[in-house]
Amino acid sequence: MKHWWWKILATLLLLYVVVIGLRTPLAPALIACTPDRIAPGDVLVNVWGYNTRFQEGIDGSWISNDGQWVCVNAARVVSDDHVELRFNVPHGMRSEMSHLVLRTAAHGDLTYLNAFYTEDRGSGMSQQIADGCRPEALSKASIGSHEKTFQFPDRNILNESIRNLFFHVPMWFSMVVLMAIGVWKSIRVLGRNDPNDDRSALVAVQVGLLFGVFGLISGSLWARVTWETWWTTDPKLNGAAAGVLIYLAYLVLRGSVPEPAKRARLSAIYSIFAFTFMMLFFFVLPRLNAVDSLHPGNGGNPAFNTYDLDNGLRSVFYPACAGWILLGVWMYDLRSRAMRLQNILTDANDN
Amino acid sequence: MALYVVSTVYTCYLGVNQVTSIPVWNALFWIIVLFAAFNALSRSFQREEGGRQLYLHTLAHPRSVVLARTAYNAAVMIVLSLVSAATYSLFIGNSVMQDADLGLFITSVILGGIGLACSLTLIAAIAARAGSGIGLMAILGFPIVLPMLLAMLRASKLALDGVAWSVAGKYLIGLVAMDVLAVALAAILFPYLWRD
Repeated sequence: MKHWWWKILATLLLLYVVVIGLRTPLAPALIACTPDRIAPGDVLVNVWGYNTRFQEGIDGSWISNDGQWVCVNAARVVSDDHVELRFNVPHGMRSEMSHLVLRTAAHGDLTYLNAFYTEDRGSGMSQQIADGCRPEALSKASIGSHEKTFQFPDRNILNESIRNLFFHVPMWFSMVVLMAIGVWKSIRVLGRNDPNDDRSALVAVQVGLLFGVFGLISGSLWARVTWETWWTTDPKLNGAAAGVLIYLAYLVLRGSVPEPAKRARLSAIYSIFAFTFMMLFFFVLPRLNAVDSLHPGNGGNPAFNTYDLDNGLRSVFYPACAGWILLGVWMYDLRSRAMRLQNILTDANDN
Repeated sequence: MALYVVSTVYTCYLGVNQVTSIPVWNALFWIIVLFAAFNALSRSFQREEGGRQLYLHTLAHPRSVVLARTAYNAAVMIVLSLVSAATYSLFIGNSVMQDADLGLFITSVILGGIGLACSLTLIAAIAARAGSGIGLMAILGFPIVLPMLLAMLRASKLALDGVAWSVAGKYLIGLVAMDVLAVALAAILFPYLWRD
Protein backbone atom coordinates (compact mmCIF):
# COMPACT_ATOMS: atom_id res chain seq x y z
CA MET A 1 0.00 0.00 0.00
CA LYS A 2 2.81 2.37 0.85
CA HIS A 3 4.33 2.14 -2.62
CA TRP A 4 1.33 2.08 -4.83
CA TRP A 5 -1.07 4.59 -3.29
CA TRP A 6 -0.30 6.95 -6.19
CA LYS A 7 -1.34 4.32 -8.70
CA ILE A 8 -4.74 4.09 -7.00
CA LEU A 9 -4.82 7.88 -7.01
CA ALA A 10 -4.09 7.97 -10.77
CA THR A 11 -6.84 5.43 -11.47
CA LEU A 12 -9.37 7.30 -9.37
CA LEU A 13 -8.45 10.65 -10.89
CA LEU A 14 -8.79 9.34 -14.44
CA LEU A 15 -12.05 7.58 -13.58
CA TYR A 16 -13.34 10.86 -12.16
CA VAL A 17 -12.18 12.72 -15.27
CA VAL A 18 -13.85 10.30 -17.65
CA VAL A 19 -17.14 10.11 -15.76
CA ILE A 20 -17.54 13.74 -14.68
CA GLY A 21 -15.77 15.14 -17.72
CA LEU A 22 -18.04 13.36 -20.17
CA ARG A 23 -21.31 13.34 -18.23
CA THR A 24 -21.60 16.95 -17.06
CA PRO A 25 -24.00 18.91 -19.27
CA LEU A 26 -22.94 22.06 -21.06
CA ALA A 27 -24.39 25.35 -19.96
CA PRO A 28 -27.20 26.65 -22.19
CA ALA A 29 -25.97 28.86 -24.98
CA LEU A 30 -26.87 30.23 -28.37
CA ILE A 31 -25.06 28.24 -31.04
CA ALA A 32 -26.37 29.43 -34.37
CA CYS A 33 -28.13 32.36 -35.84
CA THR A 34 -29.31 33.15 -39.38
CA PRO A 35 -28.93 35.33 -41.37
CA ASP A 36 -25.31 36.19 -40.63
CA ARG A 37 -25.52 39.68 -42.07
CA ILE A 38 -28.11 42.37 -41.50
CA ALA A 39 -29.06 45.42 -43.52
CA PRO A 40 -31.44 48.22 -42.54
CA GLY A 41 -35.06 47.20 -42.77
CA ASP A 42 -37.22 44.35 -41.51
CA VAL A 43 -35.15 41.28 -40.56
CA LEU A 44 -36.33 37.84 -39.47
CA VAL A 45 -33.68 36.15 -37.33
CA ASN A 46 -33.69 32.45 -36.47
CA VAL A 47 -31.75 31.59 -33.34
CA TRP A 48 -30.82 28.11 -32.20
CA GLY A 49 -29.84 27.28 -28.68
CA TYR A 50 -28.16 24.32 -27.05
CA ASN A 51 -29.44 22.83 -23.81
CA THR A 52 -31.86 25.73 -23.62
CA ARG A 53 -35.49 25.87 -22.47
CA PHE A 54 -36.93 28.70 -24.56
CA GLN A 55 -40.49 27.52 -23.99
CA GLU A 56 -40.42 28.84 -20.45
CA GLY A 57 -40.55 32.27 -22.01
CA ILE A 58 -38.57 34.94 -23.79
CA ASP A 59 -38.41 38.23 -21.93
CA GLY A 60 -36.77 40.28 -24.62
CA SER A 61 -34.02 40.39 -27.19
CA TRP A 62 -31.61 43.02 -28.45
CA ILE A 63 -29.10 43.58 -31.18
CA SER A 64 -26.13 45.41 -29.75
CA ASN A 65 -23.88 47.47 -31.98
CA ASP A 66 -21.07 49.56 -30.57
CA GLY A 67 -22.93 50.30 -27.36
CA GLN A 68 -26.22 51.06 -29.07
CA TRP A 69 -29.20 48.75 -28.84
CA VAL A 70 -32.03 47.69 -31.12
CA CYS A 71 -35.13 46.11 -29.56
CA VAL A 72 -36.92 43.07 -30.87
CA ASN A 73 -40.32 43.65 -32.41
CA ALA A 74 -41.71 40.17 -32.03
CA ALA A 75 -40.40 36.90 -30.65
CA ARG A 76 -41.91 33.50 -31.40
CA VAL A 77 -40.72 30.35 -29.68
CA VAL A 78 -40.64 27.44 -32.12
CA SER A 79 -39.21 24.86 -29.76
CA ASP A 80 -37.01 24.68 -26.70
CA ASP A 81 -33.92 25.30 -28.78
CA HIS A 82 -35.29 27.44 -31.61
CA VAL A 83 -36.73 30.92 -31.54
CA GLU A 84 -37.74 33.36 -34.27
CA LEU A 85 -37.07 37.06 -33.74
CA ARG A 86 -38.20 39.97 -35.84
CA PHE A 87 -36.16 43.17 -35.78
CA ASN A 88 -36.58 46.50 -37.50
CA VAL A 89 -32.94 47.38 -38.14
CA PRO A 90 -32.42 51.15 -38.35
CA HIS A 91 -29.93 52.97 -40.56
CA GLY A 92 -26.53 54.08 -39.41
CA MET A 93 -25.06 51.30 -37.28
CA ARG A 94 -21.47 52.17 -36.53
CA SER A 95 -19.63 48.90 -35.93
CA GLU A 96 -18.95 46.08 -38.38
CA MET A 97 -20.08 43.30 -36.04
CA SER A 98 -23.31 43.24 -34.08
CA HIS A 99 -24.06 41.00 -31.12
CA LEU A 100 -27.33 39.33 -30.24
CA VAL A 101 -28.68 39.20 -26.69
CA LEU A 102 -31.61 36.98 -25.75
CA ARG A 103 -33.24 37.30 -22.33
CA THR A 104 -34.82 34.02 -21.33
CA ALA A 105 -36.96 33.19 -18.34
CA ALA A 106 -35.09 29.96 -17.73
CA HIS A 107 -31.44 31.03 -18.08
CA GLY A 108 -31.21 34.81 -17.91
CA ASP A 109 -29.34 36.65 -20.65
CA LEU A 110 -27.72 34.57 -23.39
CA THR A 111 -25.31 36.37 -25.71
CA TYR A 112 -24.19 35.45 -29.20
CA LEU A 113 -21.12 37.54 -29.90
CA ASN A 114 -20.45 38.80 -33.45
CA ALA A 115 -23.74 37.35 -34.63
CA PHE A 116 -24.18 39.65 -37.60
CA TYR A 117 -22.02 41.38 -40.11
CA THR A 118 -23.51 44.84 -40.47
CA GLU A 119 -24.11 46.15 -43.94
CA ASP A 120 -24.72 49.75 -44.85
CA ARG A 121 -22.88 51.24 -41.92
CA GLY A 122 -23.17 54.87 -40.82
CA SER A 123 -22.06 57.08 -37.99
CA GLY A 124 -24.51 55.84 -35.39
CA MET A 125 -28.25 55.36 -35.10
CA SER A 126 -30.44 58.25 -34.19
CA GLN A 127 -30.44 58.79 -30.44
CA GLN A 128 -34.18 58.39 -30.30
CA ILE A 129 -34.12 54.76 -31.43
CA ALA A 130 -31.00 53.92 -29.51
CA ASP A 131 -32.21 55.40 -26.23
CA GLY A 132 -35.64 53.88 -26.66
CA CYS A 133 -34.73 50.36 -25.67
CA ARG A 134 -31.56 50.05 -23.67
CA PRO A 135 -32.02 46.84 -21.65
CA GLU A 136 -31.89 47.53 -17.95
CA ALA A 137 -29.30 45.64 -15.88
CA LEU A 138 -27.88 43.26 -18.46
CA SER A 139 -26.29 40.41 -16.60
CA LYS A 140 -22.68 40.10 -17.64
CA ALA A 141 -22.45 36.82 -19.51
CA SER A 142 -24.49 33.73 -19.90
CA ILE A 143 -21.99 31.67 -17.92
CA GLY A 144 -22.10 33.69 -14.74
CA SER A 145 -25.78 33.12 -14.14
CA HIS A 146 -25.62 29.33 -13.88
CA GLU A 147 -23.45 28.80 -10.88
CA LYS A 148 -26.21 26.95 -9.15
CA THR A 149 -25.72 23.79 -11.19
CA PHE A 150 -22.43 22.20 -12.14
CA GLN A 151 -22.04 22.81 -15.85
CA PHE A 152 -19.41 23.43 -18.44
CA PRO A 153 -19.51 26.60 -20.49
CA ASP A 154 -20.72 26.33 -24.07
CA ARG A 155 -18.42 28.43 -26.19
CA ASN A 156 -18.98 29.61 -29.67
CA ILE A 157 -17.16 27.07 -31.85
CA LEU A 158 -16.19 24.65 -29.10
CA ASN A 159 -19.57 23.34 -27.98
CA GLU A 160 -19.28 19.74 -26.78
CA SER A 161 -15.69 19.48 -27.96
CA ILE A 162 -14.65 21.53 -24.93
CA ARG A 163 -14.39 18.19 -23.12
CA ASN A 164 -11.28 17.47 -25.16
CA LEU A 165 -9.54 19.94 -22.84
CA PHE A 166 -9.23 17.09 -20.32
CA PHE A 167 -7.46 14.86 -22.84
CA HIS A 168 -5.57 17.00 -25.34
CA VAL A 169 -3.83 19.44 -23.00
CA PRO A 170 -2.72 16.94 -20.30
CA MET A 171 -1.13 14.80 -23.06
CA TRP A 172 1.43 17.53 -23.68
CA PHE A 173 2.00 18.11 -19.98
CA SER A 174 2.62 14.37 -19.51
CA MET A 175 4.94 14.29 -22.51
CA VAL A 176 7.00 17.17 -21.11
CA VAL A 177 7.18 15.49 -17.69
CA LEU A 178 8.30 12.16 -19.20
CA MET A 179 10.86 13.85 -21.44
CA ALA A 180 12.15 15.69 -18.37
CA ILE A 181 12.61 12.30 -16.67
CA GLY A 182 14.45 11.20 -19.82
CA VAL A 183 16.78 14.20 -19.66
CA TRP A 184 17.44 13.65 -15.98
CA LYS A 185 18.44 10.05 -16.72
CA SER A 186 20.52 11.24 -19.69
CA ILE A 187 22.46 13.64 -17.48
CA ARG A 188 23.13 10.73 -15.13
CA VAL A 189 24.37 8.67 -18.08
CA LEU A 190 26.93 11.37 -18.88
CA GLY A 191 27.87 11.53 -15.22
CA ARG A 192 28.43 7.90 -14.34
CA ASN A 193 27.80 5.68 -17.35
CA ASP A 194 25.30 3.28 -15.83
CA PRO A 195 23.46 1.18 -18.48
CA ASN A 196 20.36 1.21 -16.24
CA ASP A 197 20.10 4.98 -16.63
CA ASP A 198 20.38 4.64 -20.38
CA ARG A 199 17.54 2.12 -20.43
CA SER A 200 15.38 4.39 -18.24
CA ALA A 201 16.03 7.33 -20.56
CA LEU A 202 14.96 5.25 -23.54
CA VAL A 203 11.76 4.09 -21.80
CA ALA A 204 10.90 7.65 -20.74
CA VAL A 205 11.27 8.83 -24.33
CA GLN A 206 9.18 5.93 -25.67
CA VAL A 207 6.31 6.54 -23.25
CA GLY A 208 6.58 10.30 -23.72
CA LEU A 209 6.44 9.86 -27.48
CA LEU A 210 3.26 7.81 -27.08
CA PHE A 211 1.68 10.71 -25.19
CA GLY A 212 2.97 13.11 -27.84
CA VAL A 213 1.35 11.09 -30.61
CA PHE A 214 -1.95 10.97 -28.71
CA GLY A 215 -1.63 14.71 -28.17
CA LEU A 216 -1.25 15.19 -31.91
CA ILE A 217 -4.21 12.92 -32.70
CA SER A 218 -6.55 14.52 -30.15
CA GLY A 219 -5.41 17.97 -31.26
CA SER A 220 -5.97 17.13 -34.89
CA LEU A 221 -9.50 15.89 -34.19
CA TRP A 222 -10.20 19.00 -32.14
CA ALA A 223 -8.92 21.21 -34.93
CA ARG A 224 -11.18 19.40 -37.40
CA VAL A 225 -14.20 20.14 -35.21
CA THR A 226 -13.44 23.76 -34.36
CA TRP A 227 -11.20 25.16 -37.11
CA GLU A 228 -12.43 22.76 -39.81
CA THR A 229 -9.00 21.52 -40.74
CA TRP A 230 -6.84 18.62 -39.64
CA TRP A 231 -3.67 20.66 -39.60
CA THR A 232 -2.71 24.32 -39.89
CA THR A 233 0.55 26.25 -39.72
CA ASP A 234 -0.18 27.36 -36.19
CA PRO A 235 3.06 28.03 -34.24
CA LYS A 236 2.03 25.60 -31.52
CA LEU A 237 1.40 22.88 -34.10
CA ASN A 238 4.80 23.46 -35.66
CA GLY A 239 6.40 23.28 -32.23
CA ALA A 240 4.54 20.07 -31.40
CA ALA A 241 5.47 18.47 -34.72
CA ALA A 242 9.12 19.43 -34.22
CA GLY A 243 9.00 18.04 -30.68
CA VAL A 244 7.67 14.67 -31.81
CA LEU A 245 10.08 14.54 -34.78
CA ILE A 246 13.03 15.26 -32.47
CA TYR A 247 12.27 12.21 -30.39
CA LEU A 248 11.65 10.04 -33.43
CA ALA A 249 15.12 11.14 -34.55
CA TYR A 250 16.38 10.15 -31.10
CA LEU A 251 15.10 6.62 -31.68
CA VAL A 252 16.72 6.56 -35.14
CA LEU A 253 20.02 7.66 -33.60
CA ARG A 254 19.82 4.84 -31.06
CA GLY A 255 19.08 2.39 -33.83
CA SER A 256 22.12 3.38 -35.86
CA VAL A 257 24.78 2.92 -33.17
CA PRO A 258 25.40 -0.75 -32.35
CA GLU A 259 27.89 -0.33 -29.52
CA PRO A 260 25.98 0.08 -26.18
CA ALA A 261 28.32 2.46 -24.30
CA LYS A 262 28.73 4.74 -27.28
CA ARG A 263 25.00 4.61 -27.98
CA ALA A 264 24.23 5.59 -24.40
CA ARG A 265 26.52 8.61 -24.51
CA LEU A 266 25.54 9.84 -27.99
CA SER A 267 21.83 9.54 -27.35
CA ALA A 268 22.17 11.20 -23.94
CA ILE A 269 23.91 14.19 -25.54
CA TYR A 270 21.28 14.43 -28.25
CA SER A 271 18.47 14.05 -25.73
CA ILE A 272 19.73 16.95 -23.58
CA PHE A 273 20.24 19.15 -26.64
CA ALA A 274 16.86 18.21 -28.08
CA PHE A 275 14.94 18.65 -24.84
CA THR A 276 16.23 22.19 -24.40
CA PHE A 277 15.14 23.01 -27.93
CA MET A 278 11.78 21.32 -27.46
CA MET A 279 11.12 23.47 -24.40
CA LEU A 280 11.95 26.46 -26.57
CA PHE A 281 9.53 25.34 -29.28
CA PHE A 282 6.74 24.55 -26.85
CA PHE A 283 6.89 27.52 -24.53
CA VAL A 284 8.90 30.35 -26.08
CA LEU A 285 8.35 30.29 -29.85
CA PRO A 286 4.53 30.28 -29.70
CA ARG A 287 4.78 33.46 -27.67
CA LEU A 288 7.27 35.02 -30.08
CA ASN A 289 4.84 34.95 -32.98
CA ALA A 290 1.66 34.57 -31.04
CA VAL A 291 -0.18 36.78 -33.50
CA ASP A 292 -0.82 33.96 -35.95
CA SER A 293 -1.85 31.35 -33.42
CA LEU A 294 -5.37 30.03 -33.30
CA HIS A 295 -4.94 28.56 -29.85
CA PRO A 296 -6.77 30.09 -26.92
CA GLY A 297 -4.75 32.78 -25.21
CA ASN A 298 -2.82 33.70 -28.36
CA GLY A 299 -3.34 36.17 -31.13
CA GLY A 300 -6.25 37.99 -29.60
CA ASN A 301 -8.04 34.76 -28.79
CA PRO A 302 -9.21 34.77 -25.21
CA ALA A 303 -7.36 32.31 -23.02
CA PHE A 304 -9.33 29.55 -21.41
CA ASN A 305 -8.70 30.95 -17.99
CA THR A 306 -10.04 34.44 -18.67
CA TYR A 307 -13.62 33.36 -18.85
CA ASP A 308 -13.83 29.89 -20.30
CA LEU A 309 -12.06 27.93 -17.66
CA ASP A 310 -14.73 28.44 -15.06
CA ASN A 311 -14.76 26.54 -11.83
CA GLY A 312 -16.63 23.62 -13.38
CA LEU A 313 -13.93 23.08 -15.98
CA ARG A 314 -11.13 23.73 -13.53
CA SER A 315 -12.35 21.11 -11.10
CA VAL A 316 -11.96 18.47 -13.81
CA PHE A 317 -8.98 19.93 -15.69
CA TYR A 318 -6.51 19.93 -12.80
CA PRO A 319 -7.32 16.33 -11.75
CA ALA A 320 -7.03 15.37 -15.43
CA CYS A 321 -3.50 16.82 -15.63
CA ALA A 322 -2.45 15.09 -12.43
CA GLY A 323 -4.09 11.83 -13.48
CA TRP A 324 -2.52 11.65 -16.92
CA ILE A 325 0.93 12.61 -15.61
CA LEU A 326 0.70 9.93 -12.94
CA LEU A 327 -0.44 7.40 -15.54
CA GLY A 328 2.56 8.32 -17.70
CA VAL A 329 4.95 7.88 -14.79
CA TRP A 330 3.28 4.58 -13.97
CA MET A 331 3.73 3.34 -17.54
CA TYR A 332 7.36 4.46 -17.43
CA ASP A 333 7.88 2.65 -14.15
CA LEU A 334 6.32 -0.59 -15.39
CA ARG A 335 8.18 -0.59 -18.67
CA SER A 336 11.58 0.18 -17.23
CA ARG A 337 11.11 -2.62 -14.69
CA ALA A 338 10.08 -5.01 -17.46
CA MET A 339 13.13 -3.98 -19.49
CA ARG A 340 15.40 -4.57 -16.52
CA LEU A 341 13.97 -8.04 -15.95
CA GLN A 342 14.26 -8.84 -19.63
CA ASN A 343 17.88 -7.79 -19.51
CA ILE A 344 18.62 -10.01 -16.52
CA LEU A 345 16.92 -12.90 -18.32
CA THR A 346 18.93 -12.52 -21.51
CA ASP A 347 22.12 -12.17 -19.48
CA ALA A 348 21.28 -15.37 -17.60
CA ASN A 349 20.55 -17.19 -20.85
CA ASP A 350 23.82 -16.04 -22.36
CA ASN A 351 25.86 -17.40 -19.49
CA MET B 1 29.93 23.60 -51.95
CA ALA B 2 29.71 26.67 -54.13
CA LEU B 3 29.43 24.24 -57.04
CA TYR B 4 26.53 22.52 -55.30
CA VAL B 5 24.74 25.82 -54.81
CA VAL B 6 25.31 26.98 -58.37
CA SER B 7 24.18 23.69 -59.86
CA THR B 8 21.03 23.59 -57.69
CA VAL B 9 20.19 27.15 -58.61
CA TYR B 10 20.80 26.38 -62.26
CA THR B 11 18.52 23.32 -62.05
CA CYS B 12 15.80 25.52 -60.59
CA TYR B 13 16.46 28.02 -63.35
CA LEU B 14 16.07 25.32 -66.03
CA GLY B 15 12.87 24.17 -64.36
CA VAL B 16 11.06 27.39 -63.70
CA ASN B 17 12.95 30.21 -65.46
CA GLN B 18 11.57 33.13 -63.50
CA VAL B 19 9.73 33.17 -60.19
CA THR B 20 7.68 36.25 -59.55
CA SER B 21 5.70 35.13 -56.53
CA ILE B 22 7.42 36.14 -53.30
CA PRO B 23 6.45 33.09 -51.16
CA VAL B 24 7.64 30.62 -53.82
CA TRP B 25 10.87 32.54 -54.40
CA ASN B 26 11.49 32.64 -50.67
CA ALA B 27 10.70 28.96 -50.08
CA LEU B 28 12.93 27.76 -52.95
CA PHE B 29 15.78 29.93 -51.70
CA TRP B 30 15.69 28.54 -48.17
CA ILE B 31 15.40 24.96 -49.43
CA ILE B 32 18.63 25.50 -51.36
CA VAL B 33 20.37 27.07 -48.36
CA LEU B 34 19.12 24.34 -46.00
CA PHE B 35 20.47 21.49 -48.09
CA ALA B 36 23.68 23.35 -48.74
CA ALA B 37 24.03 23.68 -44.98
CA PHE B 38 23.42 19.97 -44.37
CA ASN B 39 25.98 19.10 -47.03
CA ALA B 40 28.61 21.53 -45.85
CA LEU B 41 28.25 20.99 -42.12
CA SER B 42 28.04 17.20 -42.20
CA ARG B 43 31.67 17.17 -43.28
CA SER B 44 32.89 19.30 -40.44
CA PHE B 45 33.73 16.38 -38.17
CA GLN B 46 33.94 13.56 -40.65
CA ARG B 47 37.63 14.00 -41.38
CA GLU B 48 38.52 13.98 -37.73
CA GLU B 49 37.99 10.36 -36.87
CA GLY B 50 40.91 8.32 -35.63
CA GLY B 51 44.38 9.77 -35.40
CA ARG B 52 43.50 13.30 -36.22
CA GLN B 53 41.05 13.50 -33.37
CA LEU B 54 43.62 12.13 -30.96
CA TYR B 55 46.10 14.73 -32.16
CA LEU B 56 43.57 17.55 -31.66
CA HIS B 57 42.78 16.12 -28.24
CA THR B 58 46.37 16.54 -27.11
CA LEU B 59 46.49 20.09 -28.45
CA ALA B 60 43.33 21.72 -27.23
CA HIS B 61 40.44 21.49 -24.81
CA PRO B 62 37.36 20.05 -26.52
CA ARG B 63 35.43 23.19 -25.67
CA SER B 64 37.82 25.33 -27.69
CA VAL B 65 37.61 22.79 -30.52
CA VAL B 66 33.82 22.96 -30.72
CA LEU B 67 33.74 26.74 -30.40
CA ALA B 68 36.36 27.12 -33.11
CA ARG B 69 34.49 24.66 -35.29
CA THR B 70 31.24 26.57 -34.78
CA ALA B 71 32.95 29.84 -35.69
CA TYR B 72 34.44 28.27 -38.81
CA ASN B 73 31.08 26.75 -39.78
CA ALA B 74 29.37 30.08 -39.25
CA ALA B 75 31.89 31.74 -41.56
CA VAL B 76 31.36 29.01 -44.18
CA MET B 77 27.59 29.38 -43.91
CA ILE B 78 27.72 33.17 -44.22
CA VAL B 79 29.72 32.88 -47.45
CA LEU B 80 27.56 30.02 -48.70
CA SER B 81 24.23 31.74 -48.06
CA LEU B 82 25.46 34.99 -49.58
CA VAL B 83 26.70 33.13 -52.66
CA SER B 84 23.34 31.36 -52.87
CA ALA B 85 21.47 34.64 -52.55
CA ALA B 86 23.62 36.23 -55.27
CA THR B 87 23.42 33.37 -57.80
CA TYR B 88 19.78 32.77 -56.98
CA SER B 89 18.71 36.34 -57.63
CA LEU B 90 20.91 36.35 -60.74
CA PHE B 91 19.28 33.28 -62.29
CA ILE B 92 15.77 33.09 -60.86
CA GLY B 93 15.25 36.82 -61.18
CA ASN B 94 15.16 39.63 -58.72
CA SER B 95 11.79 40.98 -59.74
CA VAL B 96 10.55 40.03 -56.27
CA MET B 97 13.09 42.42 -54.79
CA GLN B 98 11.46 45.49 -56.21
CA ASP B 99 10.12 46.78 -52.92
CA ALA B 100 12.39 44.67 -50.74
CA ASP B 101 14.32 46.07 -47.82
CA LEU B 102 17.71 44.81 -49.03
CA GLY B 103 19.56 45.49 -45.79
CA LEU B 104 16.99 43.51 -43.82
CA PHE B 105 17.04 40.69 -46.36
CA ILE B 106 20.84 40.37 -46.27
CA THR B 107 20.76 40.50 -42.47
CA SER B 108 18.20 37.73 -42.27
CA VAL B 109 20.17 35.63 -44.77
CA ILE B 110 23.39 36.08 -42.76
CA LEU B 111 21.67 35.42 -39.43
CA GLY B 112 19.97 32.39 -40.94
CA GLY B 113 23.32 31.02 -42.09
CA ILE B 114 24.85 31.58 -38.66
CA GLY B 115 21.82 29.98 -37.03
CA LEU B 116 22.09 26.85 -39.15
CA ALA B 117 25.81 26.62 -38.39
CA CYS B 118 25.35 27.07 -34.63
CA SER B 119 22.58 24.53 -34.20
CA LEU B 120 23.95 21.94 -36.62
CA THR B 121 27.57 21.82 -35.44
CA LEU B 122 26.88 19.62 -32.42
CA ILE B 123 24.47 17.52 -34.51
CA ALA B 124 27.22 17.04 -37.10
CA ALA B 125 29.57 15.92 -34.35
CA ILE B 126 27.02 13.40 -33.03
CA ALA B 127 26.33 12.06 -36.53
CA ALA B 128 30.06 11.75 -37.25
CA ARG B 129 30.61 9.87 -33.97
CA ALA B 130 27.69 7.58 -34.81
CA GLY B 131 29.63 6.72 -37.94
CA SER B 132 26.91 7.40 -40.45
CA GLY B 133 26.83 10.13 -43.00
CA ILE B 134 24.57 12.89 -44.11
CA GLY B 135 21.40 10.80 -43.79
CA LEU B 136 21.54 10.60 -40.01
CA MET B 137 22.64 14.22 -39.86
CA ALA B 138 19.52 15.30 -41.77
CA ILE B 139 17.24 13.19 -39.57
CA LEU B 140 18.76 14.53 -36.35
CA GLY B 141 19.11 18.09 -37.54
CA PHE B 142 15.87 18.77 -39.36
CA PRO B 143 13.51 18.93 -36.36
CA ILE B 144 16.04 21.08 -34.49
CA VAL B 145 16.26 23.65 -37.28
CA LEU B 146 12.57 23.48 -38.26
CA PRO B 147 11.36 26.31 -35.98
CA MET B 148 14.52 28.27 -36.78
CA LEU B 149 13.76 27.80 -40.45
CA LEU B 150 10.24 29.12 -39.92
CA ALA B 151 11.63 32.25 -38.26
CA MET B 152 14.07 32.74 -41.16
CA LEU B 153 11.33 32.25 -43.75
CA ARG B 154 9.12 34.78 -42.00
CA ALA B 155 11.90 37.33 -41.54
CA SER B 156 13.11 37.15 -45.14
CA LYS B 157 9.56 37.23 -46.47
CA LEU B 158 8.90 40.36 -44.45
CA ALA B 159 12.12 41.80 -45.85
CA LEU B 160 11.02 41.00 -49.41
CA ASP B 161 7.67 42.60 -48.72
CA GLY B 162 9.52 45.71 -47.66
CA VAL B 163 8.25 45.72 -44.09
CA ALA B 164 10.03 47.82 -41.49
CA TRP B 165 12.79 46.43 -39.24
CA SER B 166 10.67 46.73 -36.14
CA VAL B 167 8.23 44.06 -37.43
CA ALA B 168 10.84 41.52 -38.52
CA GLY B 169 13.09 42.39 -35.57
CA LYS B 170 11.52 39.91 -33.16
CA TYR B 171 12.27 37.01 -35.52
CA LEU B 172 15.89 38.11 -35.81
CA ILE B 173 16.17 38.46 -32.02
CA GLY B 174 14.62 35.02 -31.66
CA LEU B 175 17.18 33.62 -34.10
CA VAL B 176 20.07 35.15 -32.19
CA ALA B 177 18.69 33.84 -28.89
CA MET B 178 18.46 30.31 -30.33
CA ASP B 179 22.04 30.62 -31.62
CA VAL B 180 23.34 31.59 -28.19
CA LEU B 181 21.47 28.68 -26.59
CA ALA B 182 22.75 26.21 -29.19
CA VAL B 183 26.37 27.34 -28.83
CA ALA B 184 26.17 27.22 -25.02
CA LEU B 185 24.74 23.69 -25.11
CA ALA B 186 27.37 22.59 -27.62
CA ALA B 187 30.12 23.95 -25.37
CA ILE B 188 28.72 22.06 -22.38
CA LEU B 189 27.97 18.78 -24.15
CA PHE B 190 30.81 18.42 -26.64
CA PRO B 191 33.48 17.43 -24.07
CA TYR B 192 31.37 14.36 -23.22
CA LEU B 193 31.18 13.47 -26.88
CA TRP B 194 34.91 13.45 -27.17
CA ARG B 195 35.62 11.37 -24.13
CA ASP B 196 36.68 7.86 -25.12
